[in-house]
Amino acid sequence: MTDFLAMGGYATYVWGSFGVTALLVLVEILLLRRRRRTLLRRAGRTKRNVSMGVET
Amino acid sequence: MAVNWFKYSSPASFYPLAGRVIPWFAAAAAVFTVIGLWIGFFVAPTDYQQGEAYRIIYIHVPAAWMSMFVYLVMAAYAALGIVFNTRLSGYMARALAPTGAMFTFVALWTGALWGRPMWGAWWVWDARLTSELILLFLYLGFIALHSAIDDPRRAARASGLLAIVGAVNVPIIYFSVQWWNTLHQGASISLTQAPSMAKTMLAGMLVMAVAAWCYTVAVALARVRCEILERERHADWIGDALARESRS
Repeated sequence: MTDFLAMGGYATYVWGSFGVTALLVLVEILLLRRRRRTLLRRAGRTKRNVSMGVET
Repeated sequence: MAVNWFKYSSPASFYPLAGRVIPWFAAAAAVFTVIGLWIGFFVAPTDYQQGEAYRIIYIHVPAAWMSMFVYLVMAAYAALGIVFNTRLSGYMARALAPTGAMFTFVALWTGALWGRPMWGAWWVWDARLTSELILLFLYLGFIALHSAIDDPRRAARASGLLAIVGAVNVPIIYFSVQWWNTLHQGASISLTQAPSMAKTMLAGMLVMAVAAWCYTVAVALARVRCEILERERHADWIGDALARESRS
């Protein structure tokens, strides 16, 4: 296990590559999820307002 | 039989279709990533010249391929949008840009982390590296230009033209290692020659490339759905589509 993590002395480079990529993918997914939730909440509000006759 | 090719170019029919296929592409991306990483770390042998450092290839090459491929798809959508005047094409182009930019950054970042131990430099102004950096600026320019213009149709048209003109950079990146003497190595895989690497290494790289492709489809479709929700929120069909999706 320690050998595996050491990557033959190249741990910084190998894990620096895979780690940052994983982080960026995670951030992209989370940002997208947040954007979607905000939009859905707003869409729900618009619909309610329209049925109650409120201008949006 | 006349096929209506424009059916799914209408946001009202594309929105639910995209929603149905996203989970499949997301699941495929996760499965291929696990398989690819497993091959890359546990099946593929250590490189006789580069030791374990070469394993960066499983991220670097798929990311670099996707950075170029996504740009061409984005430019193609931009061109479709300008020629046929379909709104959805512009949304697709815009939905692809951030993911393309991310892959371009990843290719540059992992390249720096690979270049340092192998070449002794994080960065060199080599033709391959420089043209890839320009690709990143093209993506960022596309995103910035789109958000700088208030009128959505003019924004899509202006940024679409930038995307199309910028596509000239993609063959420059691809052929840079043949046209100029570069520090960056030539292609390990080409259509005309047998690949110059071990079969398991090649397999790991290709599986990771498929994973990156599935990920891009899932994320771009999720983003295009947000784009549709944002721009067409006053359309009548939106309420019905959301109600149908929350029921199922």
